Amino acid sequence: MKYQSFLIKYAEIGIKGKNRYMFEDALVKQIRFALKSVDGQFEVTKESGRIYANALSEFDFDETVEALKRVFGISGICPMVQVEDEGFEELKKQVIRYVDQVYPDKHFTFKVNARRANKQYPMKSDEINRDLGEVILETFPETSVDVHEPQVMLHVEMRSRINIYSEVIPGPGGMPAGTNGRAMLLLSGGIDSPVAGYMIAKRGVVIEAVYFHAPPYTSERAKEKVVDLAKLVAKYSGPMKLHVVNFTDIQLYIYDQCPHEELTIIMRRYMMRIAEIIAKENKCLGLITGESIGQVASQTVQSLAATNEVCTMPVFRPVIGFDKQEIVDISEKIGTFETSIQPFEDCCTIFVAKHPVTKPNINIIHRSEEKLAEKIDEMVKTAVETAEVILCE
Amino acid sequence: MEAYLDNSATTQVMDCVRDIVVKTMTEDYGNPSSKHRKGMEAERYIKEARAAIAKTLKVQDKEILFTSGGTESNNMALIGTAMANQRAGKHIISTRIEHASVYNPLMYLESQGFEVTYLPVDRDGHISLAELEAAIRPDTILVSVMYVNNEIGAVEPVEEISRVIRAKNPSAVFHVDAIQAYGKFEIRPKKQGIDLLSVSGHKIHGPKGVGFLYINEKVKIRPILFGGGQQRDMRSGTENVPGAAGLGLAAKEMYTGFSERIRKMTELKDYLIDRMEEIEGITVNSKKGLESAPQIVSVSFSGVRSEVLLHALEEKGIYVSSGSACSSNHPAISGTLKAVGVKKELLDSTLRFSLGIYNTREQLDYTIEALKELLPVLRRYQRG
Repeated sequence: MKYQSFLIKYAEIGIKGKNRYMFEDALVKQIRFALKSVDGQFEVTKESGRIYANALSEFDFDETVEALKRVFGISGICPMVQVEDEGFEELKKQVIRYVDQVYPDKHFTFKVNARRANKQYPMKSDEINRDLGEVILETFPETSVDVHEPQVMLHVEMRSRINIYSEVIPGPGGMPAGTNGRAMLLLSGGIDSPVAGYMIAKRGVVIEAVYFHAPPYTSERAKEKVVDLAKLVAKYSGPMKLHVVNFTDIQLYIYDQCPHEELTIIMRRYMMRIAEIIAKENKCLGLITGESIGQVASQTVQSLAATNEVCTMPVFRPVIGFDKQEIVDISEKIGTFETSIQPFEDCCTIFVAKHPVTKPNINIIHRSEEKLAEKIDEMVKTAVETAEVILCE
Repeated sequence: MEAYLDNSATTQVMDCVRDIVVKTMTEDYGNPSSKHRKGMEAERYIKEARAAIAKTLKVQDKEILFTSGGTESNNMALIGTAMANQRAGKHIISTRIEHASVYNPLMYLESQGFEVTYLPVDRDGHISLAELEAAIRPDTILVSVMYVNNEIGAVEPVEEISRVIRAKNPSAVFHVDAIQAYGKFEIRPKKQGIDLLSVSGHKIHGPKGVGFLYINEKVKIRPILFGGGQQRDMRSGTENVPGAAGLGLAAKEMYTGFSERIRKMTELKDYLIDRMEEIEGITVNSKKGLESAPQIVSVSFSGVRSEVLLHALEEKGIYVSSGSACSSNHPAISGTLKAVGVKKELLDSTLRFSLGIYNTREQLDYTIEALKELLPVLRRYQRG
């Protein structure tokens, strides 16, 4: 006996009201997309409030489950066996075979949970539960019934065919991509920003990313690392556009014109400005950063306020209240940690002052930025226009 | 213009080497251990390569063992000798400027109960013969010293070192890591008293993934790879026929017209150093002339970080190393530079320019011009 299909359980979108179908359709679309990369052919269908992924050919079970585990919106993946309705006696045999193969160790408590989606089925649900329970107990005397907290909940669904399943593999949760608009992630190459992107994507937001490259101060390898990170996040979020902005000239100009202890703050303000312009051009409605309060000088509340001031879009900071270790834990879970810790400099660290301001005074920052008036608008325009776009998938 | 000045990291393969590698991959692809004709053909390549290499060193064919490269040669030399001679003693002598492929096996041996003395070097990167003599003990079984330092090109007095060892403890084995020296120096292990000599293929315009270890027939050494018993049980694993054939040919080429080629390369090196000295705020850490290796020029540039300068040069098609390329994945600062007394503030500001047989004077001019253009800009922007 082999699993031929999966019942996909989804949590939150089940709650939605009249636009529930939109969320379900988005989930179906994402499941189809995720299964494209798997060996085997699948048919994904929506049927009276349930989503099924049926294999139409031979397929790799583990690979399929791994792919489904990355689809946001799925709360559980139930590998399922489908049998033809050939009478109740035949069904008993099928159920016994299922239990025998899926549970080599028979020491468990169980409960049968039948559902008659096909109301024409000649037996009532209670009868099916009782009779199937009985035959399992007879065949495997080590098992026992527990109707309150069974270790194994054996689902038997009477539809045009009969579905048998009992295992639930947890999915990532969240909401299907494409159900919550689009946002632009400031991706640095560190540990935090990929995690931030993942968390927002998990809420159904389609994400794009922007990376600030400063050759020759940052190397081609640092850029490659960011592309690798974008690809890792894209495994969850779906294909992602990465905008690579050449930031060197702006950085040097700020270095020339402004006090060095303010470099980082002013630089970050320009990063936000540029990110917002690119975000608007690409129909994004918000920005995403990996900032976490107090982690570095530029992430004190005062500094965050100073950088936030230049944005008109909402800025999502999903890891804002997390400790470093909590962020590291997520990055390990989603597989970005190893890549993030490769030692290449990013443009935030190359000119960092010995004692950067930690409590920037916004008026002083404004005055410093006035010194950039002559050329900065043109430079920002050039940076936006010359940004390289890399599709990461 | 493109100027590849990172030949101590790796070199462009010669055309004739590429051809023999392709031929042994696509036509004469047999396994030397096979009993049929295809196997014999393949074995012939190994024999010829071995003979060609032996000839460049004036040693016997059977004293050449093919390996997967410099790292394996060094590992085998150190671990193989230590294991085979541990009953005679557990003391080893080496230096503070060795490559990681010597240093790390030594660390491993220390963890296995061996004791290692690391000799310091003077400002020119040379060990002191007096200190060496003082360090040699009755239980010293192995002395390992590099021929040419990979970071600054310092040449160790190999022959004198051997004499000191022989006088004080004739049974100690003398290993020389010649990975940066082979092809650049006339090496005569028998005359110079070298027992083991490590060489890598891709530093002499040969293929990567192949090298050899010269093992004096009298040396007691154990294999570190076990299996099918190839190469007279000393190095199991199907022979890398394309690699060995390519290495044999590259070795032969490097020692054909040798003196003329080295004279030219030394001239180029001296020219590069002369022109470097036109630039302000630099310190050349390598010596002119025959006192140091003909291919390596280490230069410190005050007020600019090596990695930034490296990438700026890269934009102009000039390829160099910061410190030594093998260790540049670690942000750790060069051990050799520190050992030869390069000032602390210059450690992270040092680049290595290394020449190969294809470099030209025009490329060096181009490099100097690029440096003159880039340095004033880069020096303006510093940390802090």
